Amino acid sequence: MSHTFTLDGKPVPFTEGQTIMQAASAAGIFIPHLCYHPEFKPHGSCKLCTVKVNGRHTASCTMRAAAGMVVESETEEINAERRALTQMLFVEGNHFCPSCEKSGNCQLQATAYHLGMMSPHYDHFFPNRAVDASHPEVLLDFNRCILCSLCVRASRDVDGKNVFALSGRGIRTHLIVNARSGKLGDTDFTLADKAAQVCPVGVILKKRQGFAVPIGERRFDKAPISATAETTEER
Amino acid sequence: MALNDMHAEAVAGIVDRVVARWRRDPTCMVQILREVQEACDWIPPEAIDRLQVTLGVPRTKIEGVAGFYSFLYTEPRGQYRVLFSDNITDRMQGNRALMERLCANLWVERGKVSEDGLVSVGKTACTGLCDQGPGMLVNNMAMGGLTLERIDAIADLIRNKVPLADWPADFFSIQDNVCRADILLNADFKPGEALLAARARAPSDGLNASNMRSWREGLPSGIGGPAATLDEIKRAGLRGRGGAGFTTGLKWEACRNAPLKAGQQRIVVCNADEGEPGTFKDRVLLSRCPDLVIEGMTVAAYAIGATRGFIYLRGEYRYLLDRLNAVLARRRSENLLGRDICGLPGADFDIEIHLGAGAYVCGEESALIESLEGKRGTPRNRPPFPVTNGYLDQPTIVNNVETFAAAALIALNGGEWYAGIGTKHSAGTKLLSVSGDCARPGIYEYPFGVSVRQVLDDCGAGDTQAVQVSGPSGICVAEHEFDRLIGFEDIPTAGAFTIFNNTRDMFQVARNYVHFFQHESCGFCTPCRVGTSLLKNLMDKLHYGSGSPYDFAEIEKLNQLLQSMSHCGLGHTACNPVLDTIAKFRPAYDKRMMQQDFTPAFNLDRELSAARQMTGRDDAGAHLATEHGAQS
Repeated sequence: MSHTFTLDGKPVPFTEGQTIMQAASAAGIFIPHLCYHPEFKPHGSCKLCTVKVNGRHTASCTMRAAAGMVVESETEEINAERRALTQMLFVEGNHFCPSCEKSGNCQLQATAYHLGMMSPHYDHFFPNRAVDASHPEVLLDFNRCILCSLCVRASRDVDGKNVFALSGRGIRTHLIVNARSGKLGDTDFTLADKAAQVCPVGVILKKRQGFAVPIGERRFDKAPISATAETTEER
Repeated sequence: MALNDMHAEAVAGIVDRVVARWRRDPTCMVQILREVQEACDWIPPEAIDRLQVTLGVPRTKIEGVAGFYSFLYTEPRGQYRVLFSDNITDRMQGNRALMERLCANLWVERGKVSEDGLVSVGKTACTGLCDQGPGMLVNNMAMGGLTLERIDAIADLIRNKVPLADWPADFFSIQDNVCRADILLNADFKPGEALLAARARAPSDGLNASNMRSWREGLPSGIGGPAATLDEIKRAGLRGRGGAGFTTGLKWEACRNAPLKAGQQRIVVCNADEGEPGTFKDRVLLSRCPDLVIEGMTVAAYAIGATRGFIYLRGEYRYLLDRLNAVLARRRSENLLGRDICGLPGADFDIEIHLGAGAYVCGEESALIESLEGKRGTPRNRPPFPVTNGYLDQPTIVNNVETFAAAALIALNGGEWYAGIGTKHSAGTKLLSVSGDCARPGIYEYPFGVSVRQVLDDCGAGDTQAVQVSGPSGICVAEHEFDRLIGFEDIPTAGAFTIFNNTRDMFQVARNYVHFFQHESCGFCTPCRVGTSLLKNLMDKLHYGSGSPYDFAEIEKLNQLLQSMSHCGLGHTACNPVLDTIAKFRPAYDKRMMQQDFTPAFNLDRELSAARQMTGRDDAGAHLATEHGAQS
């Protein structure tokens, strides 16, 4: 009973209710994404996974597949737009890849490589964001947050804890934690939480374990993100 | 009186009272937070402690919601919270000088709280008083027609800690300024008569499928009335007055045909979150003919079989809340709301008013629904659309204030009558909120198809350079286009009509609008969150005289990105004012470009402004002499 749509000219089968992203992943086709994670309800905020459906831009992680859809993804136009969004994420926060513990395992960095991003292009915003080292096991470095809300969804939907949420609005949107002090050390967060495993960038970091994997053997040293998209990041 | 050092028990008492009034219902979170703040002057941590317990929701959820809305404060903002409206018309009317005067009078720095915790002075987006500006809000109560004398008087009142309720009443008097009235504003309307007409209307000859369906589902037993009413709305050719112009009859029919799950009901929402800068016609409709609007909602409920309604009133119109609640109460007593309306068994419908709290994006219907559910006002992923999955996942129609007012008249006078007014594809009349450079700003109601020039003539505008129609997300009309017509065929509009004469700098108009979009972006999607900030920075770069042709290319690229990648209409339209003014008023941009080559955005002298502020110096010696100079 399977239907198909075409993705960059190739037929892709899907089952009723699947999104374009899900169907593409199942068929082994990579669509860049940051806020999408196969284990969670799609959010549709980063817009990296935007494709053209019958000529119209739409986020593939939230758009249900339909028979006969004509979907474009790997075009120069769309990849240029994705590249610009990636650049926006870089200048919005403070991302210093060479000194970042997550370097080589970071989906933002790997996506930038995948899209051929050669510079940040835009002026950096250099926001002033404090780190939170209050938790005995985990460091929060908000400088790298891209507001994908994966930790929010993991803590809420899997851990049942609501440790994280987004507050503020617009460019002042930011991650908050569930404590009157605003400190992670005052929450019931633990390293075993699902929310500790899902950060695509370097915000939620296990303490005393930085740079554990040598350069050359890190996740994205071994294979580009387009080849590893379906696997869940394990730290 | 509420103070910052209020005891936890006192706060808990306030919270408990407010929470009880809202049925301990977490979906009323925005209303609960707003009322707690009205009592406490801000939302202290003790209040959040208590809300966590009484509502059973995590702290992150409460803080996430509070942090989203501009008018909700999780830090003390003073006993008197003054916000100057900062629309371009307020600027033209001299709001900056007034704000400086108030700050100087009260020894307070803009955006900060005075050291004694008494007062804060800041700015906010358009408060909908453009025809009687400059406007401002004090503790969310609106004031217009500000002058230096008025500001001095206000400073005295604040310094002497006079409670807001004891301020002179005329400070808070808001005018309707109706300059041209047509079928809506002239309607000699008796509450209830549209409903009676709808009930009496026999089914038209062609009973359609949806009609039969409503019978099966046991909609109010006006028998035929609901379907006939829907037919009249369709026959009228009524289109949504919020700007997009979607056919009202189709929306209502889709909602009425949407299946209900067990325990669900259909919902009617009136979008009174009139946030588009330069628009104020919904304020006048709600103040002058609230019965017409509410009756229109009731007609809608009757037509689609809805039992619950909301008016989502923008926070800036807080002063209308008590009056509107009184109208609702009166209508309940007249059996025009509540159970068995007009004696029709099963015709049950009631309305609750929710206030917004300073978030333009909540005018987008799915963001509005999120806010009604007590959440951050982030537009939803669509499909599904609200007509099938709206408020609490129930079939919901969201219509503009003016749409409902028109619907009431259609129910009363019939669709054919209405379709005969206006143009072929734009039936009926449109209320225009006229402001800016003209002799008679105010509300003008015209049949669709009126020319821009006619409106300019009628309101006494001379020497006009441009008109911004439908606000920042609309279009900027230049002189050679003044014969264009208001209507969905040519210039669609939600109602704003802002006039700029030849002395105005159209670059500053566009820059003001860009700052507005940047401030109002909800932050959900990357392109709008970051893109509106990048656009603001580019416009500021031009403003400071560091622009080059490169920046034009950048603006063009950002525009394409925002249009194609943004999550909702806010991002799609954020570049409109810039692109329009570049296309039509290029000299305003060119004169800011010191040179055609690259000029760095970094200006050493401007970077020293923080140091100058700290040392209280602004003399020549505190400035670097730079080649291009820093102008501001």
